[in-house]
Amino acid sequence: MNPILKKRFFEQILVMFGREPKKPAQISPPAQEIHLFKRTTNKEKLQAAAAHAEAHMSTSHKWRNRRWAVLIAVNLLFVVSFYFDIQVLEGALTASRFVGFHLIDLNSALQVMLAHKHIITNLVIGTATIFVGWLLLGGRSFCSWACPYHLLAEWAEKLHLWLVKKKLVVDQPIDRRLRTVFWIVFALLAVATGYTVYEAISPTGIVSRALIYGPGLALLWVLALLVFEVFFVRRAWCRYACPIGLTYGVVGILSPVRIKYTLEGCFHEGNCRKVCLVPHVLDTVIKGRAVHTEVPIGPDCTRCGLCVDVCPTGSLTYDVKGLSKLL
Amino acid sequence: MSEAEKPDNEDASPAARPAGKVKPPPLSLSKRQALRRKFLRTVLLTGGVLGAALSGYLPMVYARKQRLRPPGALDEKDFLASCIKCGQCVQVCPVQAIKLADLVDGFGVGAPYIEAREQACDFSCDAVQCILACPTGALVYQKPAFLPVRKGAELAEKPLLLAKEKDPEPTLNLKERMGVARLTRPESCLALRGRGFKGQARGPDYKGKLRYMAVDRWKPIPVREHPYEAEVCNLCVQACPIKWAISMETVFAPDGSQRLSPVVHEACVGCGACEMICPTEPASIEIVPREVWRT
Repeated sequence: MNPILKKRFFEQILVMFGREPKKPAQISPPAQEIHLFKRTTNKEKLQAAAAHAEAHMSTSHKWRNRRWAVLIAVNLLFVVSFYFDIQVLEGALTASRFVGFHLIDLNSALQVMLAHKHIITNLVIGTATIFVGWLLLGGRSFCSWACPYHLLAEWAEKLHLWLVKKKLVVDQPIDRRLRTVFWIVFALLAVATGYTVYEAISPTGIVSRALIYGPGLALLWVLALLVFEVFFVRRAWCRYACPIGLTYGVVGILSPVRIKYTLEGCFHEGNCRKVCLVPHVLDTVIKGRAVHTEVPIGPDCTRCGLCVDVCPTGSLTYDVKGLSKLL
Repeated sequence: MSEAEKPDNEDASPAARPAGKVKPPPLSLSKRQALRRKFLRTVLLTGGVLGAALSGYLPMVYARKQRLRPPGALDEKDFLASCIKCGQCVQVCPVQAIKLADLVDGFGVGAPYIEAREQACDFSCDAVQCILACPTGALVYQKPAFLPVRKGAELAEKPLLLAKEKDPEPTLNLKERMGVARLTRPESCLALRGRGFKGQARGPDYKGKLRYMAVDRWKPIPVREHPYEAEVCNLCVQACPIKWAISMETVFAPDGSQRLSPVVHEACVGCGACEMICPTEPASIEIVPREVWRT
């Protein structure tokens, strides 16, 4: 791997744990050339090109629609499996069986292992299967492609952004290091108390069970979170709190599926950063920041594809590492 | 590479070195305030989330009523530690006896329990399917060696399932009891009052199901579709799925008269079928969850 990209690869891991992205110390010569070209090209020409691109841009929801379809299908499969007793995907998102094969959510498995301090074979099998599965599929893609709370939060976010536009509320950002702190605290609490403390408040588990086994009072907690996100902090849970996201983010470090940024055609308008759940992973699109002509986006990216949809120049695309070489 | 070389050049001149460590200029007041507000919000969210998480302790502290857990459940603390709250046990139960607890159960939210009066486990599945379904070992056939067995919780021998009595393997693979049935309201027990029972045990609107061997071994039917008739009420004995767990015995009332009474024996696994079928309201016989056999 290009040493500059390697450095960025490791820096992006730190960014996932909460460090703020920094200006790159080193930029590869071909990327420097493009940056220089963009600085020296007549600004009006660039703007004209941008306007041109804008004119051509019809709001695409291709990836969002695909993602919502998958997310709803996955959760619906849980529901119909139980409701019609067809036994395809039994259980809930925390642990299930897909036509008999154990699947166990990594964070729930971790909580149980730490609290119970005893690991049975089925737990290992299910956890390993899910680990390999999401390793191949992109790590945090679990969040945007499977987690039912993510979808609710996405809708709440739309409401929040509308209120922001109307100047009725202001997004109040929180320190991103908090999520790492929560991850550690919940792990320690599980060990110390012997209870799976996080599972009691996990909106992912609560919503998943509510869909499958019927609603309960626990949904009030989810509702409170959504209200908080609408009126105070944009996507508070997914951005600053959820340890599940961090767990899958770690899995995503080595995942071949990611979003790839191509410097050349980018107009640096920043629309991608505006729609992104984790805009710190898109620091590379800021003018003069890209360290190379093509930069893979870091592990904290949920691979949701909103940026791919919104980019008018196709500078952000889905990429499977090694696949393009293979084809 | 020119950018990479720059810092090296600076390092080369000794005078430049302290210059490189100059403190950044102080932040403006508004920026400092913004940072402070962000910090306060962060602390607030931390407190809120941890407060919510730890409120799960409250039901544990206020020692609420013990839940009847599905067969094979580890002791309560270990059970809550190991249960992953997926509900696979709920899905396999042929009589839908298992429910998942709600928010009021604190750390037990999403953990399975049985409300025996509404629907007891009558082992209609023959093989304790919920244990088979459990992915984390919260429900087990055999406890791992490091977990102690409470005295009296262990069953003297594998329970004999009446429905399987003629099968080559008539026993249930269950080592510990879920609880013990107790005649908690002898004053209302129909048998002790010398009375019989005729009709639907729990009325026409009752939704619970039981397996009746005389009807269909493989298909549990609603209790309301199976009226009873007994000269002296013995519905609990009729409903019990376990051999030698409960029987009608002659006892003497305080006035010296002879009465029949249901008597629970050591083979009782605590499934709750007797509590479910008991026609008095409230039930005269009940399961005491997690109770052990006392001799």
